[in-house]
Amino acid sequence: MMRFDSFSEFVAMGGYGFFVWLSFGVTFVVMLLLVVDSFYGQRRVLQKAKQEIERKQRILAARRAAAKESQA
Amino acid sequence: MWKWLHPYAKPERAYQLCHTLLPWFATVAVVSLIIGTVWGLVFAPADYQQGDSFRIIYIHVPSAILSMGAYVAMAIAAAVGMIWQWRTAYMTMIAIAPVGAVMTFIALFTGAAWGKPMWGAWWVWDARLTSELILLFLYLGVMALYAAFDDKLQAGKAAGVMAVVGVVNVPIIHYSVEWWNTLHQGATISKFGKPSIAPEMLWPLLINLLGFAAFVGAISLMRLRNEIVQRELHRPWVADLVANSNARAEKE
Repeated sequence: MMRFDSFSEFVAMGGYGFFVWLSFGVTFVVMLLLVVDSFYGQRRVLQKAKQEIERKQRILAARRAAAKESQA
Repeated sequence: MWKWLHPYAKPERAYQLCHTLLPWFATVAVVSLIIGTVWGLVFAPADYQQGDSFRIIYIHVPSAILSMGAYVAMAIAAAVGMIWQWRTAYMTMIAIAPVGAVMTFIALFTGAAWGKPMWGAWWVWDARLTSELILLFLYLGVMALYAAFDDKLQAGKAAGVMAVVGVVNVPIIHYSVEWWNTLHQGATISKFGKPSIAPEMLWPLLINLLGFAAFVGAISLMRLRNEIVQRELHRPWVADLVANSNARAEKE
C-alpha cells in the first residue's frame, strides 16, 4: 500500500524532503561514479595491455630485421 | 582441507573466478537496490517519532554495516597475503579499499543529513561518528600507502600491515553506542532474535542490505579483475585475453 496520496506529498516527505532527497541523491550519484570509474579502469587496463603487446611485437620485428642485415 | 582454495591464488584463475561471479553479484545488486529503495521510500510506513526522515535508514544502515564488513574483508585479504605470500590477496585488498571508502563516505554523509533534522546538527564529535570518520581515514591511508610504492609487492605488504592493524577500530565503531554516552541511536537490526523495528519497515531494510552487499561484491570483483590484468601485463594469458577482446570488438 502506498504511503503517500499524491506525488507532491511524496516529494515533500512530510517536511523532510530536502534531507531525504539529499541523502538518496548523493548516495546513488557516488555509487554511480564508482561504477563508471571501475568500467573505465577496465578499458584503461586492456588498452595498456594492448600497447604492451604491440610494443613487444615491434621490438621483435626490429631484432629480426637487424639479424637479417648482419647476415647479409 | 583448504586445498580447493589454492588454485585461486594464481592470478589467472582468480581472474576467471571474478568473471564468472560478477554477473550474479551485479544482478542481485541492481534488483535488490531497486526493490529495497522503492519499498522503503514509497510503501514503508512513516516513523511515529521521526516521520518520513527515518527513510534515510534504508541507505544509512546498509552502507554503515558494509563500511565495516568491507573493512574486515579487506583486512582478511591483507592477512592472507602476509601469511601465505599470495600476490592475489594483496590485489584483493586494494580492490576492496575504494569500495569500502565509498560506503564509509555514504554512511557519514547520510548520517549528517539525518542528524541535521533530528539532532539539530550536521556533525557532532561523538564516539560513533568519530570512529566512523577514522575508518574513512584508514581506507584512504591504505590506498595512499599502496600508491606510494612503485614495487607493488612492497606496497601490498606496507598497506596490508596498516589494514590489519586498523581492524581494532571495527569493534570500537560497533560498541561505541554502548560504551559511551552518545546522541546516536542504538542498533536497529543487529540485536538477534528481536530487532527493534516493525516487520513492514524491516523487510526493505534487509533487501537494501543485500543490495549494498552485492554492490560491494560486484565492484570489488570488477576492480580485482582490473588490478590482476594491471599486475600481469607481460604474461601470455593477458595477451590471449586482449586478442579475444579485440576479436569480440571486431565482430560487433
